[in-house]
Amino acid sequence: MREAFPLLIEACQIALVLFAAPLLAGWVRALKCWTQGRTSPGVLQPYRNLIKLFSKDIVLAHNASWVFRFTPYLLFGSVLMAGAIIPIISVDLPLSATADIIALVALFAIGRFFIALAGMDVGTAFGGMGSSREMMIASLAEPAVLMTTFTVSLFGHTTSLSEMVRFIGQQNFFLSPSMVFAAIAFVLTLLAETGRVPVDNPVTHLELTMIHEGMILEYSGRYLALVEWAGMMKLFIFTSLGVALFVPWGIPQGDDLMDIPLAVLIMAGKLALVAAGIVLAETGLAKMRIFRVPEFLGTAFLIATLGMLSHFILEM
Amino acid sequence: MEGSLSSLVLTAIFILIASVAIVPLFHRRQHLIVSIIFPVFSAASLFSLFAGILAVAGGEAETLILPVGLPDLPFHLRLDPLSGFFITVVSLLAFCVSIYSRGYIAGFIGKRSVTHLAIFYPLFLAGMLLVLVSDDAYFFLISWELMAAASYFLVLYEDGVVENRRAAYIYLVVAHIGAVAILLAFGVMAGFAAGFDTFHGYTFDAMRGASLPPAWASTAFVLAFLGFGAKAGIVPLHVWLPEAHPAAPSNVSALMSGAMLKTAIYGIVRFTFDILHTPQLWWGELVLAVGLASAILGVLAALLENDLKRLLAYSSVENIGIILVGLGLGMIFLSFHQPLMAALAITAALYHTLNHAMFKGLLFMGAGAVLHATGVRNMEKMGGLIHKMKWTAPLFLVGCLSISALPPFNGFVSEWLTFQAFLMSPSLPSQHLNLVIPLGAALLALVAALSASCFVKAFGVTFLGHCRSEACATAHDATPSMRAGMMIAATACLLLGVFPTVVIAWMGNLSSQLAGETIARSAGEVGWLWLTPVSAQRASYAAPMVLLGIASVLLVVFLTLRSKKSAIHRVPLWDCGFEKITSTMQYTSTAFSMPPRLIFGYLFHIKERVRPGLPDGRPAEFPAKVNYSVRVRDRAWGWFYRPVADLAFRLAKHTARLQHGRIHIYLAYSFFTILFLLLVAL
Repeated sequence: MREAFPLLIEACQIALVLFAAPLLAGWVRALKCWTQGRTSPGVLQPYRNLIKLFSKDIVLAHNASWVFRFTPYLLFGSVLMAGAIIPIISVDLPLSATADIIALVALFAIGRFFIALAGMDVGTAFGGMGSSREMMIASLAEPAVLMTTFTVSLFGHTTSLSEMVRFIGQQNFFLSPSMVFAAIAFVLTLLAETGRVPVDNPVTHLELTMIHEGMILEYSGRYLALVEWAGMMKLFIFTSLGVALFVPWGIPQGDDLMDIPLAVLIMAGKLALVAAGIVLAETGLAKMRIFRVPEFLGTAFLIATLGMLSHFILEM
Repeated sequence: MEGSLSSLVLTAIFILIASVAIVPLFHRRQHLIVSIIFPVFSAASLFSLFAGILAVAGGEAETLILPVGLPDLPFHLRLDPLSGFFITVVSLLAFCVSIYSRGYIAGFIGKRSVTHLAIFYPLFLAGMLLVLVSDDAYFFLISWELMAAASYFLVLYEDGVVENRRAAYIYLVVAHIGAVAILLAFGVMAGFAAGFDTFHGYTFDAMRGASLPPAWASTAFVLAFLGFGAKAGIVPLHVWLPEAHPAAPSNVSALMSGAMLKTAIYGIVRFTFDILHTPQLWWGELVLAVGLASAILGVLAALLENDLKRLLAYSSVENIGIILVGLGLGMIFLSFHQPLMAALAITAALYHTLNHAMFKGLLFMGAGAVLHATGVRNMEKMGGLIHKMKWTAPLFLVGCLSISALPPFNGFVSEWLTFQAFLMSPSLPSQHLNLVIPLGAALLALVAALSASCFVKAFGVTFLGHCRSEACATAHDATPSMRAGMMIAATACLLLGVFPTVVIAWMGNLSSQLAGETIARSAGEVGWLWLTPVSAQRASYAAPMVLLGIASVLLVVFLTLRSKKSAIHRVPLWDCGFEKITSTMQYTSTAFSMPPRLIFGYLFHIKERVRPGLPDGRPAEFPAKVNYSVRVRDRAWGWFYRPVADLAFRLAKHTARLQHGRIHIYLAYSFFTILFLLLVAL
């Protein structure tokens, strides 16, 4: 029976990523409404949206090719795969050896590659513009992500997510300068990777400010539902990844099924707090001009580099 | 079975060279040449492919001495894991491309004679194989020149176009400057091996035994790196590459980019790790720095390019850079006596060599199919080809995914291994390297992401959206043999990506030959499913699981949604109520690369011009048409080539004063020269 525990935990986690992601997105939106003095439709609204979209017919442009139709499925698949790998409710996941953190970043890159292609497939200017900008932001974010990864991996001499989280989780709570720098850099890249203010605005449909929305403008029905759901999962996964890397205390180290409910609760608490932070940033900041984004991401890279340098200089 | 593998390679070379004699006999039967001779070339490649694979797996070195050449200077041949590996790379690609060529070359029949293409093509292949098996400097250089000359004539195949002649000329000049540097490097080695007054140091075996003072070893290394680097296309010696590769017929471009550049990598590896065998730290740093510079400048130039084949050529500069990054790390690790880490870095570099041959070959073949179908290379005139080229499009996409380092394809495995090699650097006992090397990793991450951006553009603008000109309105798909060639390469891309543990286990002998250690054992210690370059605790990647995981989610979701009743309505494109949307309103290639042009433009020489169109009676503030032009040039032209070329011309001008065109003055020159030499000799 005990042998099946890791598999059960894995199944729990996949279910959690699938079904809690809209809740997190709903929580972010509701909080945002409250901080801006609006009435929110409730934290469950994303579920209603998804259900509505799944039941709708699809409207497809004449020259949409198979790339356009294949992309939502692939995006969903690759993001869910990433969700199965990172340690959210347990460090001991059977699938965690599938990919280390570098491969995890690449898993997100697959989805991005295809969604950028889908943006160009129909042949509108908005789609192409969104693709071009998304790829630019992604390529500038990548070095910062890698530097952050590198800094965190220096502690446990590993890039395996489980091992990194296990190593840091086994220490007493500590704040080292390099970790703080890495965490700040991670937050900045998280905002860019998940398309939040100040880099992109997830609620805009104003022509010239769209990035992510520009690429998916032509999607409808279940395709749009899958893309939206994948976007919510991505936000969920990125925030959980940040939590797992920088404040892993509370994620169970073993494979005991009894630990899981508590772990889920602790995780939910942490995520709710992180989401509140994102909302505060989104409310307090305005969206940047697109060509200020390189400076923003350059800052993230610099901070991550400082983190690495401070590890070598101060902590060795 | 002594010598059986090398005889297999020699058979392949013999078939290739013999066909040179036979092809001219069928000059009048062009169709016959194409349909018979190219399958023969693929068969020959298959022979050498088997020999190469077995030579790496066997791990033994076979040597052979051919009593031809100058008296007392026989040709030495050697087939060891290193040459076996590169023979595998070259032959696997040559196999695919030869199948592809049958359909591609047939397109030339009726336009121009294919006879000399069918003559220089096998000579080019044979030249590459000979370079890889030669074991002395003399034979090596002969083979090297054979390869260069044959490829020069292939670049010049469509000689009616001015640009092609210019490209071929630049190629020839750079190739020869490189060859001179290689010759000098061998000269230094041979001199220290057996003394400067005899020829006996010319074999690689003698050179391996030579003990060089560090300064001379460095001289030899720098000369060899320059010489081979010119061929490989390192920055700033890369400018011939985006000229020559697009000018050649696409099958030849595939071979030049995929295989010929690899012979230069072979040269660097052979010279540094085998002949000189104890790399110094600063060599590694130099190679790493040059590799990073090539990678970043190559990918940016590719991203700013609108010509599909030039884009691919620049991306070869990038990939050569990535390979050199791995090799540079290997040298650094070896200089600190860390054989295991060096084995990881070298395996990463050589794996990328194999991968690049496959996906770049595939992409050039795909570009050839597009060129074949539309007659244009400019991406701004393409679009929507996915509807017309139902086979080429997905195959080209596989190439794009592989080169963009996306799992589960092969490009990702080698880049991942390179990153792992980078992440090993903190265990080096050198503070400043600990601080600097990770920045290289960040730069490599930038390169990988930019390359994804570049290939989103390449595929998106070429194959997706609407047709941008009449050129693609009549486009047709590739012929069956072209498809077959591309399909084999695409399958190789997938297999090399999904089964890395198998490939690395096969490459075990190779890294033990070069670094004295291998990661073959640790890479598969948890099972063939998980690639664990150092240990399972450190990092792991299971490509089959990624593929299976994504595929199963995809299938489940697809089937679940399929069972539901929801119709798909095909409607015209949403035009925001504008109603006059045309294909020119799509995002173009120039537009797509505008953000990187703005951010990284200072690295290039960019001329951007906006002019109002012809006056048509409208007020100047509201022109009906605006002409926009942008030209991106390598700074290397102005900074490096122009001064060198000017200097060469100036020197030539001064030297020309010696020449008067009168025979008695020339005779006097000869007389005084002989007199001088006699005086010196006596």
